[in-house]
Amino acid sequence: MKAAAFEYLKPSDVGGAIKALAGGAGDAKPLGGGQSLGPMLNLRLARPKIVVDVSRLEALRTIEDKGAFWRFGGAVTHAQVEDAKLAGLTVMSDVARNIAYRAIRNRGTIGGSLAHADPAADWPLALPALAATIVIAGPAGERKVPAGEFMRGAFATVLTEDELVVAVEVPKLSAGARWGYWKFCRKTGEFPESSAAMLMDPDRKLARLWVGALDGAPQSLDALAREIAQKGALAATETAVSGALDLVVPGQDPVSRRLHVTAVRRAVEKGFQ
Amino acid sequence: MEKEHGKPGQGIGARVPRKEDSRHLHGRGQYVSDTVIPGQREVAFLRSPVAHGIIRAIRKPPNSEGRVFVREDLAEAKDIVAPSTLPTYKISGQPPLAHGKVRFVGEPVVMCVAKTRAEAEDLCEQVELDIEELPALVDSHTARFEKSNRVHEEWDDNLFLSLSVDNGFDALSKKATVVVKREVELSRQAMVPMEGKAVVAYWDERADQLIMYYSTQTPHIVRTGIAQFLGLDEGQVRIIAPDVGGGFGYKVIVHPEELAVAWLAMKYRKPFRWIEDRREHLVSGANARQHHYHLTAYADDKGRLLALDAEITIDGGAYSNWPFTIGLEPGQATGNLPGPYDFQGYRCKTYCVATNKPGFMPYRGVARTGVCFAMELLMDAVARAVDRDPFEVRLENLVRPEQMPYDNVVKKHYDSGNYPAALKLAREKFDHQKWIDRQKKGEPDGRKIGIGFASYCEQSAHGTSVFATWGLPLVPGYDQSAVKLTPDGGLEVRVGVHSHGQGMETTFAQLAHEILGIDIQKIKITHGDTGTTPYSTGTYASRSIVMAGGATLNACKELIPRIVKIGAHLVGCNESEARFDKVLGVVGPSGKAVDLREICTVWYLRPDRAPLDVDRRGLEVSVSYKPDRDTGAFSYASHAVAVAVDMGTGQVEILDYVIAEDCGTLVNPMVVEGQTLGGVAQGIGTAMYEEIQYDVNGQPNASTLADYLLPGPTEIPNLRIYHMETPSPYTMYGIKGMGEGGAIAPPAVLFNAVNDALRATGAEVSKTPLTPHRLLEELEKARHRTEPKREAA
Repeated sequence: MKAAAFEYLKPSDVGGAIKALAGGAGDAKPLGGGQSLGPMLNLRLARPKIVVDVSRLEALRTIEDKGAFWRFGGAVTHAQVEDAKLAGLTVMSDVARNIAYRAIRNRGTIGGSLAHADPAADWPLALPALAATIVIAGPAGERKVPAGEFMRGAFATVLTEDELVVAVEVPKLSAGARWGYWKFCRKTGEFPESSAAMLMDPDRKLARLWVGALDGAPQSLDALAREIAQKGALAATETAVSGALDLVVPGQDPVSRRLHVTAVRRAVEKGFQ
Repeated sequence: MEKEHGKPGQGIGARVPRKEDSRHLHGRGQYVSDTVIPGQREVAFLRSPVAHGIIRAIRKPPNSEGRVFVREDLAEAKDIVAPSTLPTYKISGQPPLAHGKVRFVGEPVVMCVAKTRAEAEDLCEQVELDIEELPALVDSHTARFEKSNRVHEEWDDNLFLSLSVDNGFDALSKKATVVVKREVELSRQAMVPMEGKAVVAYWDERADQLIMYYSTQTPHIVRTGIAQFLGLDEGQVRIIAPDVGGGFGYKVIVHPEELAVAWLAMKYRKPFRWIEDRREHLVSGANARQHHYHLTAYADDKGRLLALDAEITIDGGAYSNWPFTIGLEPGQATGNLPGPYDFQGYRCKTYCVATNKPGFMPYRGVARTGVCFAMELLMDAVARAVDRDPFEVRLENLVRPEQMPYDNVVKKHYDSGNYPAALKLAREKFDHQKWIDRQKKGEPDGRKIGIGFASYCEQSAHGTSVFATWGLPLVPGYDQSAVKLTPDGGLEVRVGVHSHGQGMETTFAQLAHEILGIDIQKIKITHGDTGTTPYSTGTYASRSIVMAGGATLNACKELIPRIVKIGAHLVGCNESEARFDKVLGVVGPSGKAVDLREICTVWYLRPDRAPLDVDRRGLEVSVSYKPDRDTGAFSYASHAVAVAVDMGTGQVEILDYVIAEDCGTLVNPMVVEGQTLGGVAQGIGTAMYEEIQYDVNGQPNASTLADYLLPGPTEIPNLRIYHMETPSPYTMYGIKGMGEGGAIAPPAVLFNAVNDALRATGAEVSKTPLTPHRLLEELEKARHRTEPKREAA
């Protein structure tokens, strides 16, 4: 399959990109690394009239140490994150290192992955668990959205058609923070069948536990996270995890439930190792 | 790998690197899609969006004359019809473009032509298809009994054919004290060669020929087919199969798209190109492996098999194929199910059912991956029923070496081998006891260890007498090899088979070296062009090294007296006093020698120095060969694996994988290992990953590699391959074919290992592929069976 004809624009700055998207009146799509949009164009599942290539915008390609947090430009590739020396936030590199495989990481971008919003993708799970903030640019300027509120459902986000993910701000972890990230993929490079992320950062009074690879957006298991913060990993019993999942994804079939219970428990276990 | 295995030198048995690897590793291979003919236009097909329906109308876009084609436009092209002499077989003509009806999702309906593929696809989008949908026949068990809704209206049911065999079943089954029943199933999959179908066709005005660059394993029979279906003389068609990126059986068939593109080139006398993309392949190439088995084993209380009862259902899809026909799969399933075992009671009924899916085709191993899976799962089930180690029960049931040659329960003639020795070798190398101990001890991470064995034998290089019984429209006979010494003492070998991964450019050179001693770098193997090679039915059924290889050996041998004649004259002795030496050339009684290069130079460039009575047939010869007894040389192997099963995810990790194989005399151990490795990778795909499911409307659920999982390098374990060499009594040098074997046993051995790991849970898996989801489902079912109270509560 080859893509249907489209107009290809390569703006020179973020303002130009926003203008190009707005000019498409709903028929323009930003292109990051093209690891999802590329195949969708070729399969003619996505048929934008205009493709706005933002992958080369220098302003979106840097990783900056902002003191309390790291700022990742929207067009930063997974490979850049993987290779970066991120003081206080090495967990970002660990997550990046296990996204698909290197050929995809070389091109795929953090902003593109978020905007595409595959429910099983890594960043839509890891960033809410890390209490990150998504920086969005549009015709009216910039706005910031907590990562946990960014994704509205499967392949759906808070982005409007003329908005762009320009950066992701991820707070550094305290020295005593515990991070556990676990996903189950049928084979290397595939999207996971189940996934979960846990952050326990007592110094910052953070207790977060998120589960991903659901039918919709990743979900937070708040109450269970608080319990784990108090009692440790032992609080994540099979019954407790299944009960917590009942609240956010009721009516799962037994096999899916088993997979997600396993993911949550192993993420917690890893965090406390 | 067992690196030490291999003879010195360059002849039979030497572990020489493959000559063809340099161009492939440097990206210099030449495939059909690398071929550019000036002015070539691109072809795209509009395919049926529904599984079953009546074509009410096809509306072409305005002004699309000469660019958009339907079946009626292709008047000169005949439907692809594969007759068969098998009883009960029904004919199903496949039109090059669907006509009247569509019979599967992905069936080509309209052909569009443009300067680029994208524009050709744009044209496809402008065509309006008006199809009245009919209920889809998706499940072979339902379709088998359905009479009113039929895939082919002219039939009275949906049965391509049925086969039945009963040899001594009643008498032997009565003696059984143990009866074990199982139901096993394999899902539908695609063959997924790295290169899909591909064709560039044009008319060569000077040669007055339709020239087709064609990704095929069998250029000569493709020529016969294309000529036949276009009404051309064979001399008007030339097929060139350049580098081919994997065949696996998908490329022994004349496909409708290829015929349609051939028609374009014939009609318009311009170049046209069609390259199958991955989506087309997965949707319209989902054509393999889907078997279902009801099995009953009748055994004694030690697990010795007395009789076997089987009902096999093959989901045949919509069309029979040319030339191998849909009869090949049920024929092989029925005949090969008994496997490497010694028992005398067998009853089998096999049904090949038409459904609204792509027509079934022979995939590496043909039916044997399915029958091995069925038989080996049953063998383990028998062992569990008598509470014995499956290894011991399997060992006791195998045909014993002293029974060789052995005519089995369906009169297959196993030519040679020591089947129990291969099983024992696999066990020894695998270190069975180590795994038993580890299994008992338990894993620190809680995973369950499972141990599995599987054995099979593989009919290879079977010839005329065997194929004739399968009722095919064409039957292989003698294979030919044309060899020619060059003026500088090199050798050219032309064969009609095709090498597309088998390494024949190396192994055939080794065969010629074995006879003539010429450095293999100076031996050029030419294949893949009907214009330059002798006729052969081609590469399939693990036959090439025995058939075309045998012809090459004999052809080289025939050159020797002619070489000696000239050589004797040059050293100044009688022919009878001279001898041929692979290193020195021709040696006279005094020890004086003249090398092959000089002899060749004399024949071609300096005939003034040749003897007056020189053999005027010269230094080239074409020889045909097939084994005197052509019932097949049976290769065989035993596989042993250890797996770890994660009960929380259903994930299976292969911890060790050992193969003990015997393919007779090894021509090149490294090539044998490469073939085995590739086959096992595909077998692991069948076992664990590959599957196309259909919904009730016959829509496939996988059309990209995001949905259709293939094993990658990280999923293939480090295989340990060990060789035995029992020469076949029927072939040149005792060589046997082995191209398919690797793909046969993996589903069987992996499921046996997983079932061993699950034994304590009462769960058993029996349907490919073994997805984590299926494994967890079986665990859930078993949990409910063993905890009825909890279920009630």
